[in-house]
Amino acid sequence: MIAAQAAPAKIRFEDVGKTFLIRTGPLVAIEHIDLDIAAGSFFVIVGPSGCGKTTLLRMTAGLETPTRGTITIGRDRSDRPANAMIFQGDSIFPWMTVFDNAAYGLRMRNAPAREIDEVVGHFLARTGLTKFAKAYPHQLSGGMKQRVSIARAFANDPEVLLMDEPFSALDEQNKTLLQEELLRIWEETKKTVLFITHSVDEAVTLGDKIMVMTAQPGRAKAIIDVPFPRPRKVLELRATPEYGELVYNIWGQLRDEVLAALRTAAEARNGPAGEAAEAAGALR
Amino acid sequence: MIAPSSEPATSPAPVEGAASIVIRATQTRKRTLSRGNNERIMGVVAPLGVFVLWEVLADTHLIDTRFFPAPSSIAGTFGTLAANGQLEANTFISLERLFWGFLLGAVPALVIGLTMGLYRPVRTLVEPLILGTYPVPKSAILPLILLIFGLGEPSKIVMVAIGVFYPVVINTVSGVLQIPQIYLDVGHNFGASRWKMFTTIALPGALPFIMTGVKLGAGMGLILIAIAEMIGAQSGLGYMIWNAWQILSVNTMYVGLIMIALLGFVLTLAINEIERLLIPSRQDR
Repeated sequence: MIAAQAAPAKIRFEDVGKTFLIRTGPLVAIEHIDLDIAAGSFFVIVGPSGCGKTTLLRMTAGLETPTRGTITIGRDRSDRPANAMIFQGDSIFPWMTVFDNAAYGLRMRNAPAREIDEVVGHFLARTGLTKFAKAYPHQLSGGMKQRVSIARAFANDPEVLLMDEPFSALDEQNKTLLQEELLRIWEETKKTVLFITHSVDEAVTLGDKIMVMTAQPGRAKAIIDVPFPRPRKVLELRATPEYGELVYNIWGQLRDEVLAALRTAAEARNGPAGEAAEAAGALR
Repeated sequence: MIAPSSEPATSPAPVEGAASIVIRATQTRKRTLSRGNNERIMGVVAPLGVFVLWEVLADTHLIDTRFFPAPSSIAGTFGTLAANGQLEANTFISLERLFWGFLLGAVPALVIGLTMGLYRPVRTLVEPLILGTYPVPKSAILPLILLIFGLGEPSKIVMVAIGVFYPVVINTVSGVLQIPQIYLDVGHNFGASRWKMFTTIALPGALPFIMTGVKLGAGMGLILIAIAEMIGAQSGLGYMIWNAWQILSVNTMYVGLIMIALLGFVLTLAINEIERLLIPSRQDR
């Protein structure tokens, strides 16, 4: 076990692995993950592209099954869904209004209309969407759409929240705003969050703990505590020297893995030598 | 206005002999509005011109009025047939057949199409049947349909249904297949039941494609109802046209043709309106 903490584990990964069968044979996406995520914590996984972090999240969401080991999500209440996911990219239904999108989870488990109005109304207000409740997604900007996705996940009141690079498609300004809003809403609910990203900045800004993953096959390379107090203010936090230091440290851990991922990708494209060295050189 | 110059546009003091680049503001014109109106007027001009030309040529007997009676005389027959109720009765019965045929074709097509789209095994099983029978000209099946269903109403309704079924089912399947995987993931992640996957994702997600299928189906239904009524019926617009040929009442034939064209036009408008109501993202266009 890599992370042993005092608080009870909300999500427990025991010897989790995933192997895909592809044309050239078995491909180990995730080799061996043993991990406890404490209840009420904001846990971030960073890793190079293709390290299997999204696969790990999708397995936790039940959208894919591990080929080895078990994932356990602790349940406080039986009437609550195990998880709700905030997806990467456009995931809200273009044929539903903002309100109907945010109410989707509650509707799917036949929540009473009054509860839906109340809960969805609350989270639309928290995400600044109240006056867009009757709008359709094509009338919204990318940032607004992702706010709907956040409201939808929180409104479903799951045991754990899973976030798959939810802000990666947004521009820098929107990203910072949404990170701040996410922190504000999350600090009110204190739900357990598992957040995937490739951005070290985002990981340090949001997380309580950060797991750095190795390049394919994905393994836990390090688990780092983020000591910054909450509630956090994104810009103030980023201005402190401690923030810069931590980002620098984690980058140090991640750098070799990113280079390894580049090498693998280049080899897959056109044999070892040439381009890999080129790609690595460009980064050094 | 842009004048050629070697100087950059921002240069404050132009060098003597070289002209500056000056970009002047132009007045905002209500261009789109006037263009839209113009196009609407142009749309009426061409058909009207043909009618006028036709009328002149017929009145001066430059064309054979046995085949191309003057529009004014066709209008007269239209008035007579409308007044004695024949036109109304025939139009109504054709519409009724179209309606039932449409239901009988479109509803199963929708259910089968959605199921095929969502479930791969169903698709592998049913798709060859549909693609295998699709190329058979629908009009060629008419004798068989008459044999099975007789000369009564069912045979006409079934003909329309067959015509509507194919475009709707094929478009529904493609409609479901083009729904991005992420929406299906959302459905699963938020615990949608099988039934809810149909009603909240597959159906609304495929709707733009389904409506295209419905439009094509309506056109096909109109073709087939005319053919079916020509051969095995004693009523309807198809019958009216066929009967007019047999008694050589060319004017009546034209009235039937105009009525079918009108029917097609109104149907298209109605379907477009329904589409606009059902698909929110199309309301702004």
